[in-house]
Amino acid sequence: MNKTKNEKNKNNSVGVVETQYYTFAELGRKHKLESGDTLGPITLAYETYGKLNKDKSNAILALHALSGDAHAAGVHKGQDDTGWWDNMIGPDKAFDTNRYFIICSNVIGGCKGSTGPSSPNPATGKPYALDFPFITVADMVHSQRHLIDFLGIDKLLCVAGASMGGMQVLQWVASFPDRVRSAIPIATALKHSPQQIAFNEVVRQSIMADPAWREGNYYEYGQPEKGLSVARMIGHITFMSDQSMEEKFSRRLKNDKFSFGFDADFEVEGYLRYRGANFVKRFDANSYLYITKAIDYFDLFGGKLIPHGKAINTRFLIISFKSDWLYPSHQSQEIVRALKRRHVDATYCELTSTYGHDAFLVEVVEQTTLIKHFLDKTFNGYMVVKNYGI
Amino acid sequence: MASNDIHLDYRIIYSIIEPDSRVLDLGCGEGDLLYPLVRDKHVRAQGIELDDKAIQECVKKGLSVFQDDIENSLREYPDHSFDYVILNQSMQEVKKVDLVIQEAMRIGNKVIVGFPNFAYIKSRLMLFFRGKSPITGSLPHLWFDTPNVRFLSITDFKNFCEEKNIRIVEAHYLGKKEVVHLCPNLLALNAIFVLTNNS
Repeated sequence: MNKTKNEKNKNNSVGVVETQYYTFAELGRKHKLESGDTLGPITLAYETYGKLNKDKSNAILALHALSGDAHAAGVHKGQDDTGWWDNMIGPDKAFDTNRYFIICSNVIGGCKGSTGPSSPNPATGKPYALDFPFITVADMVHSQRHLIDFLGIDKLLCVAGASMGGMQVLQWVASFPDRVRSAIPIATALKHSPQQIAFNEVVRQSIMADPAWREGNYYEYGQPEKGLSVARMIGHITFMSDQSMEEKFSRRLKNDKFSFGFDADFEVEGYLRYRGANFVKRFDANSYLYITKAIDYFDLFGGKLIPHGKAINTRFLIISFKSDWLYPSHQSQEIVRALKRRHVDATYCELTSTYGHDAFLVEVVEQTTLIKHFLDKTFNGYMVVKNYGI
Repeated sequence: MASNDIHLDYRIIYSIIEPDSRVLDLGCGEGDLLYPLVRDKHVRAQGIELDDKAIQECVKKGLSVFQDDIENSLREYPDHSFDYVILNQSMQEVKKVDLVIQEAMRIGNKVIVGFPNFAYIKSRLMLFFRGKSPITGSLPHLWFDTPNVRFLSITDFKNFCEEKNIRIVEAHYLGKKEVVHLCPNLLALNAIFVLTNNS
C-alpha cells in the first residue's frame, strides 16, 4: 500500500460504522439461483455511509472484490481496521458521503455475514459446506436487488466496483438497466479469460489438495490452512506487477545471508507467507472455492451486456491500469467496444500505475478526480464548469 | 486561451454544428470545443483523446471521452452513429489518413476537418529563401519535435476529396485573426472543410 496517498485522506473518515443484516427468502419462499437450485433464507451483511436524500436519488452501491466484505469504509467500534475502500468513500472523497448515500453488501457465498458455505444449513443445523448451491455473479446481483428494494431505492445513482466488483457492476446493468443511472467498472472484464480461469483453478486445487480440507467438511476441525494460504499467495502474485515487486522487494534477503535451506530467504517469500497465513484467519476456504467459480462462470460477452433491441441510458466510467496483467486494459477496452456498438454514453481511462491489479486500491488521486466529476455530472447535469466561453 | 484568434477555428466549428446533434470529436484535447457545444447547443458529445491529462480535464468538464488513438477508435461504431465527426487539428497527426476519413464518413453524416495549410505564404518563403522547414502560426513545431506526420496544403486536400469522391459542402479559410477569402492556398493558415459522401 502506498502510505502517502492513504494518509492524505486520513482525517476525513466516515467514523465508526456498524454492519447491518437483511434477511429474505424466508419460510419456504426460497430464492431461485441461476443454476436452477434454490437457497433460503438468505442474509446479506451490509453497511451504509452518508444519508439517503428525500427523493432517494443519491444512492450508490459499492461492490467488493473476491475477498472483500461489507465493511468498505470507516472503522468498527473498538477496532482500528478501516474498510477496504476507505480511501475512496468518505467526506469529500471520490464517493463523497456529504452528498451521497453509499451502500456496500457482502456477496452471497461469502463468509463475512452473508449466507455462504460456512453458514448453518437450516435442514441440518450444521454449516452447508459443499451442500451450498453454486452461485454466480448474477446471483450476487439479484440478491443485492432485494436489499436495494428493502431500502426503498428505485434507482441507484451509481453502481461501482473493481475486479469481481466490476463484474457485479456490469451484471447490474445487464440485469436491471432501468435501475442504474451510472456504472463504474474498474479493472475488470466482460468475461473471464482462460488465463484467469487457470489461475482460479490452481487456487482451488491448492485448497482441495490439502487433506485438512476434508471434502469441505472441515468446520469442526479448523481451516485447511496450508492449502488456503498457498491459494492466497498465488492471488497476491497476480495482484502485483513485475515492477511493483521489484520496487517492494527486489532480491532483498530477510537475513543477510542465504540459509541454504527452504526457509523464507527472500523478502518476497516472507511477504507471501505472511499474507497467506493472515488470510486463513479471516476467510473461509469453501467461500474461496465458490466465489472463484462464480467469477469463472462470468460471461457477458457477445451482446449479453445490453440485450439486442434495448437502449440503455446508463452512463459509464471505465477505468483500467497500465500494469494490471490480471485484468489487462484490453479487457476494459472490450467493454468500451460493446458500449460503442450500442451508442452508450461512456468514458474510458487507462491510468498509469506500477501497482498492477492492486492499483484500484492504491491509485487514489486520479481515480478520485475521475469518479468525483463523473458522479457530479450524473447527479447534477452539465453545470459542472461555469464561466467558460468560446 | 482567451484571445479571439486562438478560438477562431472553435468559433467556426461551433457555428456549423446544429443544436441537439450527435457529435464525435477525434482528438478532443481538454474538451474546449465540446464543452460549449454540450452546454449551449445540447449536443450529445463523445470525445476521443490519448493524453492522460487531457482526459482528466474532459471528465472535470463533465464530458464523455475515450482514451484511445484515433485510428483504432472508429471500427466499432455502427454506420451513421453521429451527425458530425470532427477532426480538428488532429488529421495531420494521423498516419492512415485515408482510412480515418473513410471511417469518419461511414459513422458520421458530416465530417468536419480542420488542418494547418502547409502552402501558406510564410511556409513557402521560409523554404524557398531560407531553405528551412517552415515554422508558422499553425505549424509551430520544430522538425524534430512535431506531433505532425502529414503535411498538406489546401489544394492537396481538395484534390484528395475529389479523388475519393467526397463532397465539400462548406469551406472556411482562416488567417491569423480573421477569415480569409482571397487565394486561400497562399494566404490561409488553417482550413476547415465540411464533408459528406457524394452518394
